[in-house]
Amino acid sequence: MLTIKILGSGCANCKKVESIAKQAVEGLAIEATFVKVTDYKDIMAYNILSTPGLVVNERLMCAGRIPTQAEVITWLTNALAAA
Amino acid sequence: MTQTLSTRPVLPAAKPQDLKAFALVGAAAVIWLILYNIIQPLADWLSYNLLGLSPSSHLGSSLAFFFYDVPKIILLLGGMIFAITMLRSFFSAEQTRTWLGGKREGVGNVLAATLGIITPFCSCSAVPLFIGFVESGIPLGVTFSFLISAPVVNEVALVMLFGMFGWKVAGLYLLSGLTIAILAGVIIGRLKLEKYVEDFVWQIKVGKGGLLPDKPTWAQRFEIAWASTRDIVGKVWLYVVVGIAIGAGIHGYVPESALAGILGKGAWWSVPAAVLLGVPLYSNAAGVIPIVHALMEKGASLGTVLAFMMSVVGLSLPEMVILRRVLKPQLIAIFVGVVAFAIIITGYLFNLVL
Repeated sequence: MLTIKILGSGCANCKKVESIAKQAVEGLAIEATFVKVTDYKDIMAYNILSTPGLVVNERLMCAGRIPTQAEVITWLTNALAAA
Repeated sequence: MTQTLSTRPVLPAAKPQDLKAFALVGAAAVIWLILYNIIQPLADWLSYNLLGLSPSSHLGSSLAFFFYDVPKIILLLGGMIFAITMLRSFFSAEQTRTWLGGKREGVGNVLAATLGIITPFCSCSAVPLFIGFVESGIPLGVTFSFLISAPVVNEVALVMLFGMFGWKVAGLYLLSGLTIAILAGVIIGRLKLEKYVEDFVWQIKVGKGGLLPDKPTWAQRFEIAWASTRDIVGKVWLYVVVGIAIGAGIHGYVPESALAGILGKGAWWSVPAAVLLGVPLYSNAAGVIPIVHALMEKGASLGTVLAFMMSVVGLSLPEMVILRRVLKPQLIAIFVGVVAFAIIITGYLFNLVL
């Protein structure tokens, strides 16, 4: 079971990251909980300077850019293996 | 921040996929050059031969202008945005924060304004960036220099000014944008406005760790640059076409110097009016320049045009709404006032000198 967090105020880019992550989860046929972190106090706990950010199991994977689906799939697979 | 990023990894040797990417980009550059050189004869042929219009007719000159300018500006935007995002892939907000850490006022403002142009930054990130900078001890004025220059020197505006007015005007725009960001940042720093930053900002505990920017390969850089080029050109092309269509209409139909009285150097109020008019026009920066270009042919002056341009990109309502999350209304008002004042002065200066 993975926890995936999307960090960002909810602009178009955050939504893109969320849909890419959702597709990756579906493609891998795994279970994951999605959490949208929109409060800046909570976002800054991850020490990022630009949004959107993607967090998998409390590990920050990327910030300030839209990752490719292949990247997200690698991160999810690695996180599953580590869990 | 105490973490140091000074040790840079050694450049990896060129990999096969990098060589392939270089070959691809090289081929694209050759095609780009060929296209760029045939659009003028093609536009003339299309309007004067195929459609049989006379170059001296209103419709003929309007259409030839439109057929030439649309592909030219779209090509320029594509090529130059690709080059700019490529350059930006070597910078990051995290790296910029490390460079700005511990810099004095003055040096810090100059550096921040310069980095504001080349650091990849989207206005949605203004809040985390502001908090991250201020929390790490970068002075408020230096942070503002960055936050002002990033939008004021807008890459789409820069490319379009270059395409329609030439490198001198584009250079003037770049230099005055930088100067405005530096000066406004110094003024805001001197005014000691820390009390007008929302209180929660000072209480935020920024987490440890964070993300060390990993070094992309050349193939990845090209990929990033291509993705943002498609994204930006995809967003603005329609504005460019509509803007050029209106501009072409003005070019063909409005008599010479019809606007000299309203937008020329003689009218003292034209610069502040242009700045005021620019504030709500944010998303249309790409469509505004072709219209402005046509207006200039008919007698509007350059200072007024540049002031308008900088107000369109630098004083945007959406960004103020975003910044309101971390700044009290007083500071927003001072920020807008200082930047607007600096833009107006720049406009007058150019009208006076040129």
